Amino acid sequence: MIYREAGQFKTSYGADEAIFPIIQDRWFIAAILAVAFVAVPMLGNDYWLGSVFIPFLIFSLAAIGLNILVGYTGLISLGTAGFMAVGAFAAYKIATAFPWMNFLVVLILAGIIAALVGLVFGLPSLRIKGFYLAVTTLAAHFFIEWVFTHFGWFTNYSFTGVISSPPIAMLGFPIDTPESRYLMTLGIVVVLALVAKNLVRSELGRAWMAIRDMDVAAEVIGIPMLKTKLLAFAVSSFYCGIAGALWAFVYLGTVEPQAFDINRAFEVLFMVIIGGLGSILGSFLGAGFIVLMPIAITNGAALFGAAIPADVLSNLELIIFGSLIIFFLIVEPFGLARLWQVAKEKLRTWPFPY
Amino acid sequence: MLDVVITDPLFAIEVIFSGLLSGIMYSLVALGFALIFKASGIFNFGQGAFVLFAALTFVSLLNMGINFWLAIVISLAVMIGYGIAVERVVLRPLVNQPLIILFMATIGLNFFTEGLAQSVWGTEVHPLDLGIPDVPWEALGNATGLYLSVFELVAAVIAGVMVVALALFFSKTKTGRALRAVSDDHQAAMSVGIPLQHIWAVTWAVAGIIALVAGMLWGAKLGVQFSLALLALKALPVLIIGGFDSIEGAIVGGLIVGASEKFAEVFIGPYFGGAIENWFPYVLATIFLLFRPQGLFGERIIERV
Repeated sequence: MIYREAGQFKTSYGADEAIFPIIQDRWFIAAILAVAFVAVPMLGNDYWLGSVFIPFLIFSLAAIGLNILVGYTGLISLGTAGFMAVGAFAAYKIATAFPWMNFLVVLILAGIIAALVGLVFGLPSLRIKGFYLAVTTLAAHFFIEWVFTHFGWFTNYSFTGVISSPPIAMLGFPIDTPESRYLMTLGIVVVLALVAKNLVRSELGRAWMAIRDMDVAAEVIGIPMLKTKLLAFAVSSFYCGIAGALWAFVYLGTVEPQAFDINRAFEVLFMVIIGGLGSILGSFLGAGFIVLMPIAITNGAALFGAAIPADVLSNLELIIFGSLIIFFLIVEPFGLARLWQVAKEKLRTWPFPY
Repeated sequence: MLDVVITDPLFAIEVIFSGLLSGIMYSLVALGFALIFKASGIFNFGQGAFVLFAALTFVSLLNMGINFWLAIVISLAVMIGYGIAVERVVLRPLVNQPLIILFMATIGLNFFTEGLAQSVWGTEVHPLDLGIPDVPWEALGNATGLYLSVFELVAAVIAGVMVVALALFFSKTKTGRALRAVSDDHQAAMSVGIPLQHIWAVTWAVAGIIALVAGMLWGAKLGVQFSLALLALKALPVLIIGGFDSIEGAIVGGLIVGASEKFAEVFIGPYFGGAIENWFPYVLATIFLLFRPQGLFGERIIERV
C-alpha cells in the first residue's frame, strides 16, 4: 500500500519519459542523495570516508562502465583494470604537463584517452564473441600493464614506477580533507550515473540491448554493428578511465601500475554480476557489497577471537568470499538489483499477498 | 638479435624446441579447461586453483612420510571427491542458467579452492622431487647438438598419453558421447535421458585427475606454491588458439604458444625492452582469433536468428 502508483497519472510526454515515474521513487532518491551529500560527510569519520565511501563510489563508477559493456551490450570484458590504468596515467601526464588545468577537465581528457584506447581494443569484438572475447580483452590488460611498467615516459621517469598525484583544487578550494575528496567524488559519480542512466534509455542504449540479446538479429533489423559495439567499448572505457583517474588522484594519491592488476578487473566484474547485469542501480549495490564484505569478514573474525593470525585470516577471507559469490549466484543469479525489484513488487500489494 | 637466427641456426632451433616442450606443460593445464568446456560448456576458471590444490595435497602427503604411490592414490581420491562435491554443491543448483553465471560461479570456486588449499596445507613453498632430473639429455645432445631437458621430454610424453586417452574417451565411449551431447544443450541432453548430474560428476572428477598430473609436473619444476594457481592465465591463450572445446587443440595451441613465446622472448623481446612474455601469447591468440573466431580446432560457430 505504501509503494504504489495508483492515482499518479501521466499527463505529458515529459512525465511519461521521466527517469523515476513514481513519486515514491523520487522521494526515495532524494532521501538517498540527501543522506549521501549531507549526513555522511557530517557523521562519517576519516576512516569511513577515506577508506570505505570513496573506494565504494569509485568502484561504482567502474562497475557502471563495465555494466554498459557486459550487462547492456553483452560483451564480456576483463580489461577493466587496464582501462582504469590508462585513465590514471593519462590524468597524471596531463596534470603534470599542464598544472594550471582544472581537475574536472583533466578527468574528462583522461576519460577520452581511455575511451580511445578502449576503441582500439574493442575492434576484435566485431569478429570475436563470448569467452573468446574475454580472453582478447585480457590481451589488452596485459599489454597496457606492460607498457606502463616498461616505459618511463608515463611515470615521468620516476625511479620506482610509482606516480604521486599533484594536489587538486576546485574553484579555489584545495581538495585535501577526506570530506572534500568524498564530496567531489560523489558529485562526479552522481552526474556520471545520471548520464549513464539516460544513455541506456536512449536509442543507443536500446541498440546495445538488441546486440546483447542477439547480435545477428540486431544487425538484420539495421543496427550498425561497428558503430554500436565500438561506442559501447568507448563509453565503457570512458567511465573506467575516470574511475581509474579518481582511484589514483583522490583515493590513493600515489599509484603504481600494479594497483591495476588483473584482480581489480575481476573485482569489478563481480560487482556487476552480483549487483545485477544490465542495471545502473545494481552497479552501486554490487560495489557496496564487494567493498563492505572484506570489512565485515575482518570485523566478524575479530568478534570471534582476535588471535587469528593474518595468513589464516586472508585464506579465510578467500574461502568466505568464494562461497558468498557462489551462494549469491545460486540464490539470485540476476543479482541484488533483481532482489530490489522483487521487494518493490511485494511492497505494491502489501499487506495483501497479491 | 634476429641475425642470431641466421648466424647460429642450431641455437634458434634449440630455443624453439625448448619452447615447444614448455608449451606442452601449458597444454597440461589447458587440457583441464578444455575437458570441462567440452563436457558442459562451462569455462572453469577454477582449474588453476585445482592444480594448486592437487599439488599441495600431494606434496604435503609426501612430507608426512607417506609412500610415493600411496600419496598419488590418496591425492587422486581427494581430487575426485572434490570434483564430485563441486558438481553437487555448485553446479547442480545452477543447471540451465546462462553460461556467464556459471563462469562467475567458477571464479568464486577459484577463490574458495585457493583459500581452502592454503588453509589446509599452509602457504610456504614446498620443493617436490619426482625423481626425474631436470638436466639436458646427454645422449641426444651429443648425437644432434640439441640439449633438451629430460624432465620436459617426460612431461611431453605424459601429456601426449593423456591427450590420446581423452580423445578416445570422447569419441569412442558412451559416456564421452553423452558428454558432448550435454555441452551442446543441457536441456536437450536431459530430455533424451542423459543423466546430467552423473555425467558432470565424472567430468569434474577427471578434471581433478588432470589437475593432479599438471600440478605434480609443474610443482616439480617450480616448487609447489601459490603461483601454480596463476598458471590458469598462462593456459588461456593456449586454449583459445586451439579452440575451447578441443582436446587436440589444447596440445597444438600449447606448442604454438610455447614455441612462439620463447622465440619472441629471446629474439624479438630485446627490441622492446624485454618482459614481453606476459602479453605476447595473448596478442598472438587475438590475431589467431581474428582469422578463426572459434580457434584452430574449435567447433564452427553457426548463428541462427
